[in-house]
Amino acid sequence: MSENTSIGPPLWLLAELTYECPLHCAYCSNPTDLGKREDELTTETWLDVLSQARELGSVQLGFSGGEPLLRKDLEILVEHGRKLGFYTNLITSGIGLTEKRIKQLKLAGLDHIQISFQAADPQLNDAIAGRGKAFEQKRKMAEIVKSEGYPMVLNFVISKQNIAQIPQILALSCQLNADYVELATAQYYGWAYDNRDHLLPSQTQLRKAEETVNQFRVQQDNKGPQFIFVTPDYYEDRPKACMNGWGSTFLTITPDGSALPCHSAKILPLTFPNVVDKTVTEIWQNDFSFNHFRGDSWMPKPCKDCDEKEKDFGGCRCQAFMLTGDMNQTDPVCSKSEDHHLITQAIEQASAPKSAIKHRKRVADIALVKL
Amino acid sequence: MTLTVPKMNPLFRLQFEKAQGCFVLLYPEGMVKLNESAAEILQLVDGSASVDEIHKQLQHKFPQAGDISRDIEEFLQVAQEKRWISYV
Repeated sequence: MSENTSIGPPLWLLAELTYECPLHCAYCSNPTDLGKREDELTTETWLDVLSQARELGSVQLGFSGGEPLLRKDLEILVEHGRKLGFYTNLITSGIGLTEKRIKQLKLAGLDHIQISFQAADPQLNDAIAGRGKAFEQKRKMAEIVKSEGYPMVLNFVISKQNIAQIPQILALSCQLNADYVELATAQYYGWAYDNRDHLLPSQTQLRKAEETVNQFRVQQDNKGPQFIFVTPDYYEDRPKACMNGWGSTFLTITPDGSALPCHSAKILPLTFPNVVDKTVTEIWQNDFSFNHFRGDSWMPKPCKDCDEKEKDFGGCRCQAFMLTGDMNQTDPVCSKSEDHHLITQAIEQASAPKSAIKHRKRVADIALVKL
Repeated sequence: MTLTVPKMNPLFRLQFEKAQGCFVLLYPEGMVKLNESAAEILQLVDGSASVDEIHKQLQHKFPQAGDISRDIEEFLQVAQEKRWISYV
């Protein structure tokens, strides 16, 4: 792969500011090894990374984590990003937001706030989040976010835990006046992969949920929130076009400065570069890891000869690695994959989970609880 | 033509993107690339100019373009369907 002039810019820059988070959701797609807080990038390095990425053509900037509000320099980063011309997105749990901070972020130039909800009522929401009073906080903050004039996206990660609440979730979203609502079935990475049996809904549950959303959309008559329903790829015949193709659009920078083509790629047996050692341009255009799965010369059979390879790019490398142990294989979601039985097995297995659910926690936190 | 006044939906931000070589609309986690005529029209949507005034300004700017009133109306209709604009 050396035709580097044909590589477009990383339109989407995801800045994962910290993996620290006040919530303990079992569906979290952060790595199960959350790293050390001391290794987080400094403000100066982040400012420099934003400038470099913007110069390269990045335009959407997501501040994410973990919980990005835990970084006290968030306002400084937002202000810099906005001045550079980024569209700035804050992806938050809502915990740690205050009216004062919502206003400060607005002054800094923040364009949009996305708040996650775990369910449509306090009991279930707080049980999934592993934190009391989380729902009430989110709800209050959502109201202030709207009254301050931000576009607001609500994100519900849908799983077996909350899929029965779809009608209530739709109602809550309308009540909170959301602009967009993502009803995104959990993707099985990080903590969510370990908890898959507790999360993956059955096909019947999923169909019912999707039908409910479709019916609701018809009634809406182009008014109110726009609902985006994302089905889990486990029930598809073809894999998702993961990240719109490796190294084509997305650039994730993790809290310690690792540069990744997607937020879970760190699990792969590849060495990823760090923004402390290399420029963003060097990383995006020349790094071995970013070039590794670009184009189609890496593809195995059946992808290599498949007439749909331009549509899904062979699917997700992380999923291929997690399920088959080989990151070079066709994503097992594809019905043409010789490993497709692994998906069928996973679906079967999820109907009767054998191990206990694992809430997202640091090993250190668990030790503290034991004391 | 018409005296109705279009305004931008605050969900969308119009800006020129050097890396794309064109105007774009930015919105939560997304981007729409605009062609030249769409960009020319949207730049004049400010919540105070009527469709009529926008038409006049564009005709003045591009006198050789001929009758553009239908193009403007068609584009504004699409823009309204996509919720990029609404009417004051």
